[in-house]
Amino acid sequence: MCRIGAIKSRHYVHPSQALLLMQSQQEGHDNSGFAMVMQDLGGIFEAYKHLPTLSLACTDTGLKIAEDLLHAKGFRRVYQWVPDTNRKPGLDIMAMPNYVFQTFDYPEPYRTAEPKVKEELLVGTRLQLRAALEENETGFAYSFWPDVITLKEIGDPRDIGTFFNLWKADDNFTAKVITAQCRQNTNYAIVRYAAHPFFLQGYTALANGENTFYQKNKEFQQSLNRGYIGFESDSQCFLYTLHYLHRELGWPLSYYKHVITPLPFEDVVKREDQQQLLAMRQSLAHLEINGPNTIIGVLPDNTLFTCCDAKKLRPVVVGRDADTVVISSEACGINEVLPDRNWETDIYPNEREIVVIDDTLEVQRWKQ
Amino acid sequence: METVKINDLACNDLPWKIHYDPVRCTLCGSCIAACTFEAIGPKMERRRITYTESETPEPKTRFSAQPVIAQRNVIKNFCRGCGVCERVCPNSAIRAERNPDSRFNVVYQTATASGPKRGGRNNLENQARTLDTIRVGRISQMTDPSLDAQRHTFDCRAPLGRILPAKGLPFQQVGENRLEQSGQTPPVRWIYPVIIGDMSIGALSWRMWEAVAMAVAYLNEECGLPVRMCSGEGGMPVRLLKSKYLKYMILQIASGHFGWNRIIKAMPHMVEDPAGVLIKIGQGAKPGDGGLLMAAKVASHIQAIRGVPKTDLLSPPNHQGLYSIEESVQKMFLSFNAAFKFRVPVAIKVAASATSVSVFNNLVRDPYNIVGGFFLDGIDGGTGAAHDISLDHTGHPVVSKLRDCYLAAVAQGRQGQIPLWAAGGLGKTGNLAADAFKMFCLGANGVFTGKLILQMAGCLGNDHGRCNACNTGLCPAGITTQEPVLAKRLDPERVAENIVNYFLAMDVELRKLMAPIGNSSLPVGRSDCLVSTDKAVADRLQVQYVC
Ligand code: SF4
Ligand code: SF4
Repeated sequence: MCRIGAIKSRHYVHPSQALLLMQSQQEGHDNSGFAMVMQDLGGIFEAYKHLPTLSLACTDTGLKIAEDLLHAKGFRRVYQWVPDTNRKPGLDIMAMPNYVFQTFDYPEPYRTAEPKVKEELLVGTRLQLRAALEENETGFAYSFWPDVITLKEIGDPRDIGTFFNLWKADDNFTAKVITAQCRQNTNYAIVRYAAHPFFLQGYTALANGENTFYQKNKEFQQSLNRGYIGFESDSQCFLYTLHYLHRELGWPLSYYKHVITPLPFEDVVKREDQQQLLAMRQSLAHLEINGPNTIIGVLPDNTLFTCCDAKKLRPVVVGRDADTVVISSEACGINEVLPDRNWETDIYPNEREIVVIDDTLEVQRWKQ
Repeated sequence: METVKINDLACNDLPWKIHYDPVRCTLCGSCIAACTFEAIGPKMERRRITYTESETPEPKTRFSAQPVIAQRNVIKNFCRGCGVCERVCPNSAIRAERNPDSRFNVVYQTATASGPKRGGRNNLENQARTLDTIRVGRISQMTDPSLDAQRHTFDCRAPLGRILPAKGLPFQQVGENRLEQSGQTPPVRWIYPVIIGDMSIGALSWRMWEAVAMAVAYLNEECGLPVRMCSGEGGMPVRLLKSKYLKYMILQIASGHFGWNRIIKAMPHMVEDPAGVLIKIGQGAKPGDGGLLMAAKVASHIQAIRGVPKTDLLSPPNHQGLYSIEESVQKMFLSFNAAFKFRVPVAIKVAASATSVSVFNNLVRDPYNIVGGFFLDGIDGGTGAAHDISLDHTGHPVVSKLRDCYLAAVAQGRQGQIPLWAAGGLGKTGNLAADAFKMFCLGANGVFTGKLILQMAGCLGNDHGRCNACNTGLCPAGITTQEPVLAKRLDPERVAENIVNYFLAMDVELRKLMAPIGNSSLPVGRSDCLVSTDKAVADRLQVQYVC
């Protein structure tokens, strides 16, 4: 069992809110980990929005490997934040020796390069880092992207919060979009990379469920993009499909649902855009998903969305007040973060829609 | 004593022996009338009779000539074991028994200077079937729920037609959230994942062909199942070509090109496009061998449809071309695509072979996107007529080859671009749903079936040498004959009903397999939900071995 959550706000939000959001749902998840991706950063990182930040958990050896590699590629470190960890005994956490969040300036030749070129450089560098750190598991490079921080750890989420001093809110470490999840992957081996949310080139995805078309998705995605690797969790497939559709193919987000959960044929033939929908379905038949799933995703422009499998076999609820929208597997999570909201306006998305929240915080429901 | 005539043909040389009980027989003659092969006939035998003439038993004996029914020891009229005599005998006086000591293969050849021929199927390979060592073993239980086969909706459809990679789709964005198609894409039809395989009007009796066509129309129009049937080589009645039902038909062109001048002449009058065109290169049951329609079956309506005289009709083993088969096939693809103005998918059917993957690779990499389906036919497929030697000793099983083709596509990231359709012995145990489902999981988009349709119509043949006389034109069930008297044995309406019922049952059974793995659309390529109890099979097909 798994629970997922996301917060998007007009103001910068501290991760303690994400912990609160997930803590109240703890009976639903197994408290085996905590992972979050923060996007649109505030506090100490606000001044570096345009430069890539590396989120790394590693040993001393791993740190040296990573620093050498980045140095050799010409990246110049402009900022570093090492969280003040609380290593008191008795905490349920399988901590790594170092947690490093470093912001870099691009190598000289890239500074004036087109965004696409820079973006390819970043993903290539992260993949190199990942490969270099893989041997002896000297480290885990979760993300290397402007305005994004990723934190993943194995253990009790409450203790992980204590370890990173995340329970006490402050203005230094904040973001306008936080996605979080409280469980290590239990379907496959416990691997740090296997914890949601997953991140690639500005796209984030996390899911509650089981993707029974995992093998089909994986076999197809493997040859689509060098960044589609790992597959430690069947939910990574949701991220790669999102990335492929929105970034590689350049299709609007509204078609995501048509690709992962196509309309039944009998419904498609009633639509005037049936030609496009059928073309998509057949070309991307191997990206269809099956099984019970709820997905939360974030786009590079920080648009947040959620959708479900075609039979709505997993719950999700969206609640809001004037400044903040919260998506959560269970309403109790939203009650913690937005206790005074009007719960009558909560949205329980159905199996044929995507709920999308853009930067104006308008909540739109797109019927598939 | 006279020397025994050891070199004469005797009934115990033949594959089937007639067991006859003169005590039960009333000499009604039903069996002789029913046996289409003239394998039995009346005969006089000298019999000893015991009788009494007084009121108390005082047995006496005498000898007298008695009429009996006996098997004929004529090589042309050997008993096929079809069992029709037994079916019609009101007194259970006669039946055919398999002769384990048959010398048929030797005596046939020594007597006729030619190898035996038959129709039907390969009879040699009767060991455990690969698909029977495989089970659907990954059941949705805890993390993902099973679906409800009765209550949930399922999308049981398969593509026929060339599918472009998503990057090749001619989409243009209009407005913020909409894509519109700005160019043409190859035609793709989403149809039922079981096609009724290519059996020609020449191979089947017209009543049988009509029954299949009726069943297909009924399944489409009344049951909502978009089942397609392939014409087989030799065309079809012009009336059908010009009717709206053409849309349920896949037209076949094979190396004899029989029937195509009529099809081409009918084109201007067609009110619907056909469902597809299937270029037949090879057939699983007799790969490397051309089509064969014995003169006995070339009845007048066949002569008319095909435009030929009454003679053995042999399609050459190859499509002939000036340079290479490859080139002539490519030209055929282009001309058929063009003939129907790129509105009709054109697919290819080949016999499974050790080289199938290279053939498939060639097609999937072709830059013109002209191949709309790869039909792979395995050794266990059926045929109207072939030499025994081809049937029994040439060919390649379909399961591993289908899997190889799918994995070749996966390795290139091209899975799904040319839909894979598999056949050859599927449904041999009577359950096509299970076989089809396993093939989907191994990578087939769909399957096609022919022999099983004959079974639904009442075919008496089996894989143990029973009947298999489809080549003779004397089909005792009226299925593969052009003799009006024999064809009348078949009731087309009953056959159509049987086929419809079978498909409806199969549709439910497919859902019964999709539901426990929690899938509402076909699990094409989901080999993770299969397990095999045979280690060699598991390794070869890359599925989990279980014991
Ligand atoms: S089994 Fe068939 S072929 Fe043999 S004698 Fe009886 S009817 Fe004739
Ligand atoms: S019953 Fe007819 S179709 Fe069946 S094997 Fe015999 S001849 Fe062929």
